[in-house]
Amino acid sequence: MNLRKYLKVYKKFLHTSLASELEYKTNILIDLITAILSLIGSIFLLSIFFQNNGYIGGWKFEEALIIQGIYTVLNGITNTWFNPNLTEIVKHIREGTLDFVLLKPIDSQFFISLKKINPSGFLEIMLGFCLLFFCVRINQINLNLSFLTLSLITISCSICILYSLWFFISTTTIWFVKTWNAIEVLRSFLYIGRFPLNSFSFSLRIFFSIFIPIAFITTIPSEVFLGVSQLWKILLEVIVATVFLKTSRKFWLFALKFYSSASS
Amino acid sequence: MNPKIFTLLKVQYSNMMEYRVEIALWAISGIIPFFMLNIWTNNNLNESINISDVMLSRYFLCAFFVRQFSVVWVVFSFEEDSLMGKVSPYLIQPLNPFFRYFAQHLAEQITRFPFAILISFFFFIFNPESIWIPNLGILFLSIVSTFLSFIIQFLIQSIVACLCFWTEKASSIERLLFIPTLFLSGLLAPVVSFPTYVKSWIYLTPFPYLIDFPANLLSGNETNISGGLSMQILWIFLLFPLFKKIWSEGTKKYTAMGS
Repeated sequence: MNLRKYLKVYKKFLHTSLASELEYKTNILIDLITAILSLIGSIFLLSIFFQNNGYIGGWKFEEALIIQGIYTVLNGITNTWFNPNLTEIVKHIREGTLDFVLLKPIDSQFFISLKKINPSGFLEIMLGFCLLFFCVRINQINLNLSFLTLSLITISCSICILYSLWFFISTTTIWFVKTWNAIEVLRSFLYIGRFPLNSFSFSLRIFFSIFIPIAFITTIPSEVFLGVSQLWKILLEVIVATVFLKTSRKFWLFALKFYSSASS
Repeated sequence: MNPKIFTLLKVQYSNMMEYRVEIALWAISGIIPFFMLNIWTNNNLNESINISDVMLSRYFLCAFFVRQFSVVWVVFSFEEDSLMGKVSPYLIQPLNPFFRYFAQHLAEQITRFPFAILISFFFFIFNPESIWIPNLGILFLSIVSTFLSFIIQFLIQSIVACLCFWTEKASSIERLLFIPTLFLSGLLAPVVSFPTYVKSWIYLTPFPYLIDFPANLLSGNETNISGGLSMQILWIFLLFPLFKKIWSEGTKKYTAMGS
């Protein structure tokens, strides 16, 4: 794979999609307000939970805020890259334009996953990082190199898992055509990533660790932040992320065999 | 019944039946209240607000139901139609295009009904102690109040949808409005559990009447029936003239694509 070529192409993608998105400037502003309000809303909800309890699932309020921060960052990434691109697959397949993507002398998964960008998600990512920074201060976490590398590793693994989940579901479009509401189902499941996994009952905890690994997406990075995560959990997350990425890639190539373009 | 509306409903119903799987998926995506219930009962958070486990699980089940039958997406349909220029032929017809969307929503609710029943059936398997049968009067009143809640949300979204005449992307405004609806309507936490500084003003806004009030009514939790219903009707009377105004202004402003 020629890395330089892909970088050059990605630069062009960035340029074109930013140019078209910046046409709607007020839209970006409204999206920013939406992101801020939704963060306030979920902190409000969290504060209701903690009204008369000091701990929820073994987490203090200040610690649970870290999960919110990580969720906000990941949600921003979803809104910036995954949502605008992967919902597009549905359109490609319905209108038969996937043919043009497949004909291009470039990897189709790369093209489909990174073509578009939604700049308003950046603001949400920044918002998440601000909250995380605030959490670092109120929880008196000292920043050192090992902490930074570990949290970087776990967060990038979370991003990989999240991406694979989205890509997985979008790929099923090749058989079912209309799956953008399956993505809605995924979204509503991901919503519980805002809360510590231990606050759910045992059966739900199992469900959210095995079938939809939300446990890996937000809880483990937050534990790393607090310095309470065991090494095996981090290793497990790395393994899960690799497996997810590889299977999603294989699944895409497998699904393409079943793709017959529109009207054929 | 007015034959026009009846025909519309029939057409939209057969349309919706085509996409049963899609609607089933929509129904599943509404199960967030059950996750919230799990947090509440698993951490004994309900003790502080004096609601028993059983009443709380009924509340969240009803919240799920009310949400299922008051989901509105008119702004997204209207935005697409107006961008594609489909609104022009609708405007020529002697029928306000919003009747078409209204019928679409009603038809979708009818299609959704069996799925919602199925999901609640599973809910009762996992929580057999929360089975209850509301009496007929309460059932009737809660259906009415759910319908009123649907109308309030339909009117709010139609007002937002009319903004499409001025701006191209009205759906982002709807996404903004959805946030307070999500957190204040009682879908994620019953309004009784809110801190007092919120409770002091929240009953003046339309939000608690969207989900909290009908869900409390249906689940048999304590609520002010006549007060809630009259507030719902009041909001409809406030919103309807606003919608009519913005609709007539907007259609004057409207220029078809390519003119």
